[in-house]
Amino acid sequence: MKKLLTGNEAIARGAFEAGVHFASAYPGTPSTEILENIGQYKEIIAEWAPNEKVALETVIGASIAGGRSLASMKHVGVNVAADPLFTFSYTGVSGGAVIISADEPGMHSSQNEQDNRNYAKFAKIPMLEPSDSQEAKDMMIDAYKLSELYDSIVMLRVTTRVCHSKSMVELNDREIVSLRPYQKDFNKYVAVPAIGRQLRHKVEERMNKLQIYTETSPWNYVVENKQPVGVIVSGMSYHFAKEALGDSVDYLKLGFTNPLPANMISEFCETHDVVYIIEENDPYIEDFAKAQGQTVIGKEQFPYSGEMTSDVIRNVVLDETIQKRPINDSLIVNRPPTFCSGCPHRGFFYELGKRRKDIIVAGDIGCYSLAVGEPYNLMDWLICMGAAYSTAHGAERITDMKLEDKRRLVAVMGDSTFFHTGINSLMNTVYNGGKTINIILDNRITGMTGQQDNPGSGFKLQNQETSIVDIAKVCEAIGIKHIRKINPNNLTEVKETIKWALELDDMSVIITDWPCALKKHYNEADLDHYKDVWQTKNVVIEDTCIGCKACLRSGCPSLIFDADKKKTRIDSTTCVGCDVCAQICPVNAIVKEGDVR
Amino acid sequence: MIRSIKLVGVGGQGTILAAKVLCDALIDAGYDVKMSEIHGMSQRGGSVSSEIRFGDNVASPVIEKGTADILVAFEQMEAARFIDYLKSDGLLIVNDLKINSMVTLNGKIPYPSNVLNTLKEQVKMVSVDAQKCALKLGNVKTMNIIMLGVFSKCFEIEGLEIEKAIKNIVKEKYVDLNLKAFKCGQDLV
Repeated sequence: MKKLLTGNEAIARGAFEAGVHFASAYPGTPSTEILENIGQYKEIIAEWAPNEKVALETVIGASIAGGRSLASMKHVGVNVAADPLFTFSYTGVSGGAVIISADEPGMHSSQNEQDNRNYAKFAKIPMLEPSDSQEAKDMMIDAYKLSELYDSIVMLRVTTRVCHSKSMVELNDREIVSLRPYQKDFNKYVAVPAIGRQLRHKVEERMNKLQIYTETSPWNYVVENKQPVGVIVSGMSYHFAKEALGDSVDYLKLGFTNPLPANMISEFCETHDVVYIIEENDPYIEDFAKAQGQTVIGKEQFPYSGEMTSDVIRNVVLDETIQKRPINDSLIVNRPPTFCSGCPHRGFFYELGKRRKDIIVAGDIGCYSLAVGEPYNLMDWLICMGAAYSTAHGAERITDMKLEDKRRLVAVMGDSTFFHTGINSLMNTVYNGGKTINIILDNRITGMTGQQDNPGSGFKLQNQETSIVDIAKVCEAIGIKHIRKINPNNLTEVKETIKWALELDDMSVIITDWPCALKKHYNEADLDHYKDVWQTKNVVIEDTCIGCKACLRSGCPSLIFDADKKKTRIDSTTCVGCDVCAQICPVNAIVKEGDVR
Repeated sequence: MIRSIKLVGVGGQGTILAAKVLCDALIDAGYDVKMSEIHGMSQRGGSVSSEIRFGDNVASPVIEKGTADILVAFEQMEAARFIDYLKSDGLLIVNDLKINSMVTLNGKIPYPSNVLNTLKEQVKMVSVDAQKCALKLGNVKTMNIIMLGVFSKCFEIEGLEIEKAIKNIVKEKYVDLNLKAFKCGQDLV
């Protein structure tokens, strides 16, 4: 049967067909749906881990114990998982193991554009690069054969357009793969220095064998159109190149890309008059070809950044541009992403904004990074997952040296980021006696990537109820003396608590306790705790509204200002009754629906 | 021949579901289909777009600017934002609806005026009021399928059975409502 699947759905299907037993991931665009889809197969145990390092480590354990397993993550997640990855490369596997890296040429939803093909080379592990959904599925299946045959974790490297594009995929049955018996093997798995030195040679031998394999791998092949111009290409760039150039060139299509096939590339270059290398992100293939002494055209003509879409290729290779109509700038304004109606971050940032002169705000990765925009403009920097507390601590050490600068450091991150790596940063501040103000915006879910469960949500990936980490108790246990848990929709409480923290000459933690407006699952205790959650709506009493627009400073998309009437109204289809605007209104013109007299 | 359809709107308007239904119908009609969308940050009330390419043998899932046969905009300003994707004789189908962005909401910058009148002078355009139609049906979320109804009347694709695809894709309890929405859309043109 054939089905139209995204690359992520196809990878999940590939894992199913390959007989995978265990999968783990931390969500991150564009990789998130891989584990969400694997979770649909009851034959596979699929779990969210608190971070990518933990995900890969569970996979290593599963492999050593004899099961087929995988960890998936976005490109920057591999940075977090790099520590176990590099040594797992040395030990090798028992059950086949795959790490999926979802890269982001063009940075649609990411903070950088790193090319993780470099990781495969760096960690000395085999790598496959699919160009569409069918290949994504087929390569997943082959990855397990290669992993077990060459005794190595395999990297499947995909990009946003592979992950989030749909193309046709032929579906097959699941291969039943039996678990391998566990055998204690000190000389293979205990990477103390003496053994590490032995394993180092094993890694080299493996790469030598793979150097032979890559020359005959079915994933590396020439598409012959009997043309003098050749194009060497990998991943989605293959389809972009075919779109732009069609049969007017020959292609060397590379799908197995670490190690690269040296002979194949040299032969292709030598039999063509001109050779272009079309690849996104770094000149990974190009540098290799040039090191082989080949003359090729690469990044000197193609852009070093962004996607190599067909228009880019057409422009470079054919010097052609398709006529397009101009955009009329007077007809558009920006439409940046924003906090949803009822988002519990809104009330907190509204009040924090009132103290902007007194503070420097260290941000982090998550929905709350939207506080960088209108109307809050409340974020001084944002670096990576879990960095808010630690960057704030470092910044505080320096601002403390500047006697004239009295501003306090406020660090904001969400519950999922706290579990990810924020907890370590917080321990550092306690241990070193910092005085930063640390916010945990606990909305009980991993929000930005689309409401994935986490250790604080009460549910697991495959929907089972589970225990909930008590963030306040964790903070208490690591030695924080000043902790307050507040309802972020109660502006008086938020304001008072921010004032309390600013007046303390010590480190503090503020936990905002209200769920994401899009959180789907609640246990009974939650429903009791979050009374009437999302069951009400707010309305404007039109006669009372004075049109002062104060409510609009909350930044809620449900508030609409009618310029003709000079009154605000509330969109009842999207309002979820959080009451934040009602508390801001200076004339009490906003009330609960049903309370209108 | 490869044809390209671009669907644009604001996060939450259901462009992705509309694209899914359309893809299902295209596959059923025997076309090779590729689709691409960018999600992530753009979900939170930002601009969203889905791209569908279909024909005998589709290479790239991404539409080049200046090559879309049809642009279906679920909101006025989004039509203007993506108009450069439309080929010279391409058709714009636009929902006569304004959704504020965070920038216009707080009143600092006004929502652009005369969007549709200006676009009308530049391109072949069909504009409809899908919201009015959706409110009549009692569910504003049906706007996406109403727009598909309009699309089916304006852009002929041989063998396409969108109603069948609605039955395949939409959750069972919403099928009847969406079939009505589709019909409503067809009646708007």
